[in-house]
Amino acid sequence: MRCGSCETDGSGGRNGSGTDQKVKKIKVALAGQPNVGKSSIINSMTGARLHVGNFSGVTVEKKEVFIERDGYEIEIVDLPGIYSLNAYTPEEQVAKKFLYNEDYDLIINVADANTLSRNLIFTFQLMDMQKKMILVVNMIDEVEKQGGTVDREKLEELLGIPVVLTSAKEHRGVDEIVDHIIEVYKSRKPKNKLFYDERIEEQIGKLVKVLHKSPHFKDPDEARFIAIRLLDRDEEIYKIIHDLPIFIELHEMLGQIYRELEMEFDEESTSDILSDERYAMAKALVLKALKKPPKKLTVTDRLDRLLIHPILGLPIFLFFMWLLFQVTFEVGSIPMDWIDAAFTEISNTVKAVLPDGPIQSVLADGIIPAVGSVIMFLPNILILFLGINLLEQTGYMARAAFLLDGFMKKFGLQGKAFIPLVSGFGCTVPAYMAARTLKNPKDRIITMLVLGFMSCSARLPVYVLLIGAFFPTSHAGNILFIIYISGAILGLIVAKVLRTVLFKGEPEPFVMEMPPYRFPSMKALSVELWIKAKLFLKKAGTFIAGASMIIWFLSSYPHDSRLAQSYETRIEAAVDEAKKMELQGELAAKELENSYLGTIGKTIEPIFEPLGFDWRVSVATIAGLAAKEVVVSTLATLYAVGDADEKSNTLIERLRENISFKAAVALIVIIMIYSPCIAAMSTFWAEVPQWAWRGFYLVYPNVLAWLAAFGVYTLLGALGY
Amino acid sequence: MKPLTECTIGCEGRIVKIKAKDPIKGRLFSLGLAKGSEIKILDHTLAKQTWEVESDGTKIALREEEAASVFMEPVGGCE
Repeated sequence: MRCGSCETDGSGGRNGSGTDQKVKKIKVALAGQPNVGKSSIINSMTGARLHVGNFSGVTVEKKEVFIERDGYEIEIVDLPGIYSLNAYTPEEQVAKKFLYNEDYDLIINVADANTLSRNLIFTFQLMDMQKKMILVVNMIDEVEKQGGTVDREKLEELLGIPVVLTSAKEHRGVDEIVDHIIEVYKSRKPKNKLFYDERIEEQIGKLVKVLHKSPHFKDPDEARFIAIRLLDRDEEIYKIIHDLPIFIELHEMLGQIYRELEMEFDEESTSDILSDERYAMAKALVLKALKKPPKKLTVTDRLDRLLIHPILGLPIFLFFMWLLFQVTFEVGSIPMDWIDAAFTEISNTVKAVLPDGPIQSVLADGIIPAVGSVIMFLPNILILFLGINLLEQTGYMARAAFLLDGFMKKFGLQGKAFIPLVSGFGCTVPAYMAARTLKNPKDRIITMLVLGFMSCSARLPVYVLLIGAFFPTSHAGNILFIIYISGAILGLIVAKVLRTVLFKGEPEPFVMEMPPYRFPSMKALSVELWIKAKLFLKKAGTFIAGASMIIWFLSSYPHDSRLAQSYETRIEAAVDEAKKMELQGELAAKELENSYLGTIGKTIEPIFEPLGFDWRVSVATIAGLAAKEVVVSTLATLYAVGDADEKSNTLIERLRENISFKAAVALIVIIMIYSPCIAAMSTFWAEVPQWAWRGFYLVYPNVLAWLAAFGVYTLLGALGY
Repeated sequence: MKPLTECTIGCEGRIVKIKAKDPIKGRLFSLGLAKGSEIKILDHTLAKQTWEVESDGTKIALREEEAASVFMEPVGGCE
């Protein structure tokens, strides 16, 4: 073990520096373990412009900041948290791929001062890459509060790279990072100061020699990195050398080196040997550079005693969940009416300003109300997201996962899956996005596939209407509760089935860091919310608007002018207002029946006939794929009551006349199970890149819904309803 | 030497062996659970299906199966 005692001369890098480049752009990769406060660092940098996108090909969020300073344009890419280059989760893979393959000028490695030695192990892996690098030791305030200190100079001396002590919370040292970036960028690469045990170094040397035979690895620094990664059993690197002509020689040599080292160190794998080395180095470094008084009982310890108490923990969690939903719906419903009113106003203005015709109609009847009905849910979504973000950033989410893991495991799910599932009762769209917190792709897919069974708030109007029409008022609340609960139970059962049939084996092992409780930064929270709002509004303005135009077109064309004329003369001839309204409603229904949508309805009627649906219910069911509220408005139009809402008695009466009780129950079952709205489906589409799952997702809920509805319909029939 | 799952809450000691296979072993390691690390049992759920331990200031949750693969030499605080 020689790092720490090695020479302090930091000059003499072998590669050319970047000083002569014409374009003064510096690209920086920000890497660090999870929960070290990387995002808070870039959020608190002065004069930084934030840009949010996705890493290419995956839905992992990519945050970048741009800073201009001293004639340089600095771009900092915030990589997903990564514990080690031996990446484990999909998000870590993204970070690793970026570090390996992308073109950047230097690495900023952020470490948490509280857990410095564990963080340094990753720092050593990064240093193996032989790139220009800065170590940022964050959360220094927390260490100081406990009476500890970090010796910055000592760390710099021992590691041979610049070290900055920061506290993003107190805005300490954050802007200094930028100075260091420019300085390091201009300076020559420091000489490598990280050496392993001589026996390991000897083998690295052998590997480097062979690697040099290939034109790809003429650079000694890169060859050394490849050699170390091969000893660390890095499969990515192995794949790279696999296709080279030197592979056979290298492969033979590697096998021998593995055996020799493993024998010598009495370890199962060379990867373990390197880990032990880094572990010992980190311990030695921390011993020299970090002064820490004996650990006192922290706030986190005290809170955890209560919050994850074996008996009290679960009830407390359930209370928090209940509170989250109360706030989401109670507070979220306040601006809903305003938004609704605003869009009605816009729609009316359009009707008044534009001349009658298809353009007016597509705007006022098609796009504006549809976009409005989606934007109406923005407050709910933002509140729910704020709540989930708070849970995540305070560190409570990890506790919830801890508490629920045992229960969720019974259904083949992970503890963390509870959060998206619960969010699903609010709105399926943010719930799909919340599923990102599940690292394991299988767990994530299963969770997303059953999420639709958690009845979202948009299905409520349909349930209210149907319960009102077909059940006694005294039982309405209970029936509603049964619907929601059966959805949740069905979700858990399907998850279990999917796990046993399609995703064989146990869920991924559950090993998770429980970060200390922290008060989240308000700035970071508001930035997150603003990003969410922007993305949501963008989608509403593009995708939803487009989809609603199609629905409008299908329900408005072909236009039968003779039919319209004959009704118009009758409407004009009608004496009282009620008669006029009725005729208008009838006209609307006739036109709809003759429209493309009506034709489609008649065509699909046979599919729904076994469930007792007529073509109107069939069309409403299909239209519900656009948005669940549309089921109500479509039923209203199709039963010719004009503009009825879900409390309309006439609609309820007509439903009673036209639909049997068992068909109504079948309809409730269908609504509960079948595909969620287009917005949710497109979110799933965006989150899941595999075509097989996309296809499965489009088919199976609908098949299941039909089968379940048919079962219920037949059963009720047998019972004499 | 005994697996974590046979220890009680409050038990402190040192890790002497990790039987888990990669990649779990690597994961445990990068969280700070390695041969030689100090470890303290903080909590487990009622049915002992999930455990919480602390090592060098990091708190880690792990399932029964993973906890059973980590062996410690208790020093104090154990019943």
